[in-house]
Amino acid sequence: MTPLISRVNNAAAAPLPAHFEHIALAHGGGGQLTDALIAQAMLPRLNNPILAERLDAGLLGRNGESLALTIDSYVVQPLFFPGGDIGRLAVSGTVNDLAVCGAEPLGLALSIILAEGLERKVLERVLDSIAATAREAGVQVITGDTKVVGRGHADGMYLTTAGIGCVPGSRNLHPRQVVPGDVLIINGSIGEHGLAVMLERDMPEVKSVLCSDAAPLNGMIGDVLRQAPGIKFMRDPTRGGLAGAAADLAAQCGRHVVLQESDIPIRPEARHAADMLGLDPLDVANEGKVLLVVRPEEAEIALAALRSHTQGRDACVIGHVDAAADGICELHTTIGGRRIVQKPYGEQLPRIC
Amino acid sequence: MTRSEKETASILHRLRNSAAACRRPLAFMEVCGTHTMSAFRCGLASVLPENVRLISGPGCPVCVTAQGDIDRMIELARNPEVILCTYGDMMRVPGRRGSLEAARRDGARVQIVYSSLDAVARARAEPARQVVFAAVGFETTAPATAVALLAARRLNLANFTVLASHKRIIPAMRALLSGAPRRGLGLDGFLCPGHVSVIIGQQAYEPLVREFQVACVIGGFEPVQILRALADLVDLARDHRAALINQYPEAVTPEGNRAARKLLDTVFQAGPARWRGLGEIPQSGMIIRASFARFDARRVFQLSEQAEREPASCLCGKVIGGLALPTDCKLFGRGCTPISPIGPCMVSSEGTCAAWFKYGPRDAGGSPGRQPLQEANA
Repeated sequence: MTPLISRVNNAAAAPLPAHFEHIALAHGGGGQLTDALIAQAMLPRLNNPILAERLDAGLLGRNGESLALTIDSYVVQPLFFPGGDIGRLAVSGTVNDLAVCGAEPLGLALSIILAEGLERKVLERVLDSIAATAREAGVQVITGDTKVVGRGHADGMYLTTAGIGCVPGSRNLHPRQVVPGDVLIINGSIGEHGLAVMLERDMPEVKSVLCSDAAPLNGMIGDVLRQAPGIKFMRDPTRGGLAGAAADLAAQCGRHVVLQESDIPIRPEARHAADMLGLDPLDVANEGKVLLVVRPEEAEIALAALRSHTQGRDACVIGHVDAAADGICELHTTIGGRRIVQKPYGEQLPRIC
Repeated sequence: MTRSEKETASILHRLRNSAAACRRPLAFMEVCGTHTMSAFRCGLASVLPENVRLISGPGCPVCVTAQGDIDRMIELARNPEVILCTYGDMMRVPGRRGSLEAARRDGARVQIVYSSLDAVARARAEPARQVVFAAVGFETTAPATAVALLAARRLNLANFTVLASHKRIIPAMRALLSGAPRRGLGLDGFLCPGHVSVIIGQQAYEPLVREFQVACVIGGFEPVQILRALADLVDLARDHRAALINQYPEAVTPEGNRAARKLLDTVFQAGPARWRGLGEIPQSGMIIRASFARFDARRVFQLSEQAEREPASCLCGKVIGGLALPTDCKLFGRGCTPISPIGPCMVSSEGTCAAWFKYGPRDAGGSPGRQPLQEANA
């Protein structure tokens, strides 16, 4: 590796500004700034071995099966967008966080914060969507809570969903399982959720066929795990996009992760929207995608299993893990160039989930 | 190999042969933030020959906005009567007293807009407040500001003004060629901006080519379009020719967009403007004409023309002028990161330092490995 590469990487890994007096929107962006907030404010106070793993769900229990517990809040604006709504997002996001940890979802808890004055039909439409998405995922909302805050104290509606699931004892998905030669697979085209929401919110006059990909993936993921037990690790590339998930993977497994730009599926309409908004599609959130790291011998089996599901029709290999122990993710570009892929630092545009 | 891969390989082949024939280091400058981003995203430096370097010039509108202009925006935003509307990239640029983002956190009303007309709509929706549109950008965004000013006049809005910091690219290129910054720059040609050229037209570069004997090639934004324009620039350098070539004819005509230029002429007149790091450049600004004075925030709010003071040890000015690499700056990656930027080149996603930080270095020596060169040659 040339010295400049490590220089840039060191710059990227340099301590983030240690001190901030106020929370900025970008602290909630799921990027480097969120990491800094967790590292500086939360871990010192709450740390324990399970939390320190920083997986999508906390795993309880050691022998035999373990329980997975996850929780997510949803503050997306607008509440309804092409391809989904806050309710579909709240079920899918939590179910997917369980699924990528290898857990089969057992039940959901739903907490709703409503703003005074919200139309009843808006609430009912969201609840219908929650019910429909939960049916699709084969999971039920088994407990919940409702609060109302004064007019102007919340933007319509916020949802929080917690999910509990069970991980069969044979499954052990963890970045430390990842070794050189493993391949990276994605189940379809990227960037559509974030772009669809941003267009709907910020450029409503633009007509686009882009739809959010928000969907529960537990059925597909369960199937793939059964057929390809050599899967090492999975992440849902939500906030921070594929760039964030791949850069995290490289950092967590300590290896050099290579993405092939020409193999990464991006729809032309997503590319156009990203150009228009000045965004890199790699940085944009997905809500129906999973990044899988698989043993090369099982890549074809995993692809076939993914492609048998609607959500995985366009599944393909997009990269591999190299031997260099530098923890860097690199993109091989369409012109044969190479560049570093970093986790986005904050978020260009807030509140997409 | 797909068709576009074949095309890329053949352009690279031509570029490398011409560069080898030159037997000296070649430096070209692009003056467009979209070119900067595209070049970084495709890892351009890692495929260029050792002796070809593409420098990012003053092409990012946020990066060239003077400290004083940013301070004026923040000053206005802190006025409780005012709603300040601006493009998203301006939010985190630090002025002397915080940024617009910090001002918003402290209660100032700052709104990100995607279009100048969103600011006009805001003024109509909130007649009790003064809406100020802080307008930045080159000839690409200026017509939209002109449209907003004309709309404000048509609607007879009493609560809409524009704080204009628009810039013209040709006078800046002229300043780079004739002024002090050129010393040590050794510029072999310009990769001319696609979007700006759509408005100003191919002809706008002719005087530069004639007077300064500098090669100018207008290029599009796809990696292969950038490579094609660079290959032309290298050919011209090899042949010691100063010429103007339009490699983006599908969008750029010889005379440009007449309607847009007429709009600009109706609303703005050329005047001096201060550029971050480059200082004052004559004729490089777009000043709101006296006939639109009641929509000119500078006049309406009687804003002070504060003295410029750029952050100590920040090299943004030199980076924009092509005289320093981001890594030459003591602050790069230490005090100055995209999370807590000090200079404007780190704030805007189109800024050279931010792109460098995010996508890695792209000068020939610092690219991650040289293998793709051989692969593409094969």
